[in-house]
Amino acid sequence: MINVSFTSSFRAALGGADALEMEATTLRELMRILVAKYPRMQGHIDDGIVLAINGEIYRDNRDVEIQDGSEVFLMPRIQGG
Amino acid sequence: MAAVLVSTTINGDAVEFACPPQESLLAVLRDRLGLTGVKEGCGTGDCGACSVTLDGRLVCSCLVLGAEVDGREIATIEGMAENGKLHPLQENFIEHAALQCGICTPGFLMAAKVLLDRNPQPTETEIRYALAGNLCRCTGYDKIVRAVQATATELRQLEKKKSRRKKSKKS
Amino acid sequence: MANDPSYTKQKLKVIGSRVRRPDGVDKVTGRAKYGADHNAPGQLVGLFLRSPHAHARIKKISTARAEKLSGVKAIITSEDLPDLTKGDTAARDILENCMARGRALYDGHAVAAVAAVDEQTARKALKLIKVTYELLPHVTDVDEALKPDAPVIHDYLYTNGVEPRPTKPSNLYNVAEFGHGDVDAGFAQADVVVEKSYKTEQVHQGYIEPHACVGSVNPDGTGELWVTTQGHFTYRSVCANLLGMDIAKLKVTSSEIGGGFGGKTHVWIEPVVLALSRKANRPVKAVMSREEVFRASGPASSTSIDVKIGAKKDGTITAAFAALRYQSGPFPGAIPGMPWAAIGAMTSFACYNLANVKTLGYDVVVNRPKVAAYRAPSAPMIAFAVESTMDMVAKELGIEPLDLRIKNAAREGTRACYGPVYGPIGIGATLQAVKNHPHMRARLKKNQGRGMACGFWFNFGGQTCADLNIATDGSVTLTVGTIDVGGSRASLSLIAAEELGIPYKQVKAHIGDTGSLGHNDTTEGSRGTFSSGMAIVFAARQAIEVLRERAAIMWEIPIEDIIWKDGHAKARGSKYSRLKPLSLADIAAQSPSTGGPIAGHNESVPDNAGVSFASHICDVEVDPETGGTRIIRYTVIQDAGKAIHPTYVEGQMQGGAAQGIGWALNEEYIYGDDGRLQNPGFLDYRIPVCSDLPFIDTQILEIPNPNHPYGVRGVGETSIVPPLAAIGNAISNAVGVRMDHTPMSPPRILKALEQLHAS
Repeated sequence: MINVSFTSSFRAALGGADALEMEATTLRELMRILVAKYPRMQGHIDDGIVLAINGEIYRDNRDVEIQDGSEVFLMPRIQGG
Repeated sequence: MAAVLVSTTINGDAVEFACPPQESLLAVLRDRLGLTGVKEGCGTGDCGACSVTLDGRLVCSCLVLGAEVDGREIATIEGMAENGKLHPLQENFIEHAALQCGICTPGFLMAAKVLLDRNPQPTETEIRYALAGNLCRCTGYDKIVRAVQATATELRQLEKKKSRRKKSKKS
Repeated sequence: MANDPSYTKQKLKVIGSRVRRPDGVDKVTGRAKYGADHNAPGQLVGLFLRSPHAHARIKKISTARAEKLSGVKAIITSEDLPDLTKGDTAARDILENCMARGRALYDGHAVAAVAAVDEQTARKALKLIKVTYELLPHVTDVDEALKPDAPVIHDYLYTNGVEPRPTKPSNLYNVAEFGHGDVDAGFAQADVVVEKSYKTEQVHQGYIEPHACVGSVNPDGTGELWVTTQGHFTYRSVCANLLGMDIAKLKVTSSEIGGGFGGKTHVWIEPVVLALSRKANRPVKAVMSREEVFRASGPASSTSIDVKIGAKKDGTITAAFAALRYQSGPFPGAIPGMPWAAIGAMTSFACYNLANVKTLGYDVVVNRPKVAAYRAPSAPMIAFAVESTMDMVAKELGIEPLDLRIKNAAREGTRACYGPVYGPIGIGATLQAVKNHPHMRARLKKNQGRGMACGFWFNFGGQTCADLNIATDGSVTLTVGTIDVGGSRASLSLIAAEELGIPYKQVKAHIGDTGSLGHNDTTEGSRGTFSSGMAIVFAARQAIEVLRERAAIMWEIPIEDIIWKDGHAKARGSKYSRLKPLSLADIAAQSPSTGGPIAGHNESVPDNAGVSFASHICDVEVDPETGGTRIIRYTVIQDAGKAIHPTYVEGQMQGGAAQGIGWALNEEYIYGDDGRLQNPGFLDYRIPVCSDLPFIDTQILEIPNPNHPYGVRGVGETSIVPPLAAIGNAISNAVGVRMDHTPMSPPRILKALEQLHAS
């Protein structure tokens, strides 16, 4: 089981939730399951999304394995100068 | 308007060019003579990237007309290294990382050379005011000032050595 | 594993040495070629006609007279740039920013462009173009734009991020919320609550090199672009998409770049220059004037911010709240889901360990130029507000500001205000370094004060692609796709030398054009040395595999018996004692007969660039007569993870601090009531000059990034974040006024002093 939490801005797309428990082995799988359950998340994903597994931030890689018991955090994609 | 024919000396070489009377020296150097080491940052004399010397005086070439330099002597960054050897200022700018992007570097080197030619032993404040007409957005000027200080020390030691040698020859 | 990014704790031999950069000689002799230093055969001069109005409907553009002028070869208006963006609103905004479509949205917005045989002719042609405007009401101030009676700039922008969706369009295009815990409960627990509102004026990146390019499009649909940019691959895809070209048929070469700081991450004139070239069937060169750079290329947001912090008597912060209002110019921020206030909101309290925190980012459109990233974009403004308020909290509690920060500093395991939990981070270490720094104990005189502040930046990796080629004499060429603005070619060469076990001088790094490498993301987010460095590590390790294979062929022994050590192939085991180690040059010399050229490549998306923290200490002297502030002493302490080239890391720390000092004290866009920018030049928009600044002391801390083989973190941006607040705090300690508006220019300080004395 993975604890998935979200930036507050995604709350509306998740029907008010800001944390979920999910089963997934990679970030790609997690995002697929998430969109199937909450179709409005697709808009945020299209805008750009960053995922953190136990604090390690993945801006682009989606084939990263998620260990059981991990915390995954989803937030919007950021830009630098 | 008819072009003006100008004979001048640039980095020791005789040069002739024709330019419209309203054309800046900066445009002449860059676009007619291919001396693109002279940079344009503002075109209004505020940034110093286009600094050259005119009869030994530091000027912003964007504020001088090409037609004004007839019979005068110009030095640009392209002439600073002599006989295949970098000027100590150029060496020290590299060594002290006095440049990051490098666009302001030619202007700073010209300004620093004019300073050291006139004042071989400048204080930090003198260096900072002598270079205050040149803008750098990358370095915070720290390493530029250090490079000029290091060069001043180096050049003074070189002078000492030279004069010692002269003295020992005499005796 | 060859491509494992984990920190290896390996002993480093060449990394950390202060070598000379490979482009040094070119840059001190004037030979280095920047954006405006390139010319193409038969090139035309491109110039832009720009709107003098902040907001106006373009009723008619008449180009007939200009077209008839001898020497004019092409004129472009938005009619020549059909919208090919297929519903991609971000791309459409870029197109509209490059050339107004029906409406001019800010003073300086391009409405037409000309290509002519020379500058004089092009200037004459601009004068002959007649534009009929109908003036529309405008708004340039972020707070004014949010008022109910403000002119609504776009009838298609509805606030995103609020439920239910608004029924009317407005200038507020996005609301984002971040945080955790319960701030109301947190404030209820507090013994002291401080609330304060702040404003920061708009600043420009101020790179000394204006935007410049030479574009050439052929009738067969191929083209070339020489340009000063932070991301030539991005420029290629954006230009190709806007012009309907195949991406692969446009070759973009990045010139040496004369500063960018985020301002050269977006296209401005380039698509139009290519369109002019296509129309004229000649190469076109365009160079922005400094005035155009200020009026029409991306500055950073001006902002209005509220901060509220509550703490217990012992200094524990119980709750923190911030509302950030940032303007983006006339278009939403560059990334659709992540506009500027939202980024600022994420960084706001990142330095602290907070149980209850909430931030709200309000993104707003106004009639000003399109905002672009500026070094740690959006972070300095909110840091000014938060770090100023932190000092006020400390004062209320009677605690040293530094001790308040140390007590609440984020650490490994802290949940960041933007969501995830931190790994090993350096904020605590930078604060301890402040405490131990002699600067903190130096004497101060009358009207002098000391302040300190902290700063945070994310840092990114991104798509990266690099080649490492070994010549037959054993010298090594690196080709990378991130641009070099502060010596990264030297750092990358150090990395290659370290991995291969050869001297630095044996390596030469180049920036490849878009024809020589796969896509590389724009060089932003402090990613250059981190991500290209990672790609070089992996490319070098791949090359070492090839070198071992070749040694095996030369020696006719199994590859398993060969190790690579100190730049040599060595055969393992006593049976090979007769085999003298082969150097990289020995193997390279035989490469033609052992399988051909030896190379290593890497295509990857390095992630986890490692968040970065800095703490700055600043002493100022305020002249109570003039309100002028002088920086007397300045110290930057920053976590670099591992400094590949310490001198260039120091340079980043000093340069960012200097930009922050300018932002704090001098720099601001000044708009008149007519919506026109009043100071588009370096005389009136005054960036710090040499005589304004002292030496800037630096202290590099190295808390390794666990996700880089050498522990590298991005270092380029964080240094611009703390100065605004460090200076504000120092001014407060010097003369007793709390400044809440940047720049803290002499008139504002005088006014604050007058108010202080009046009360």
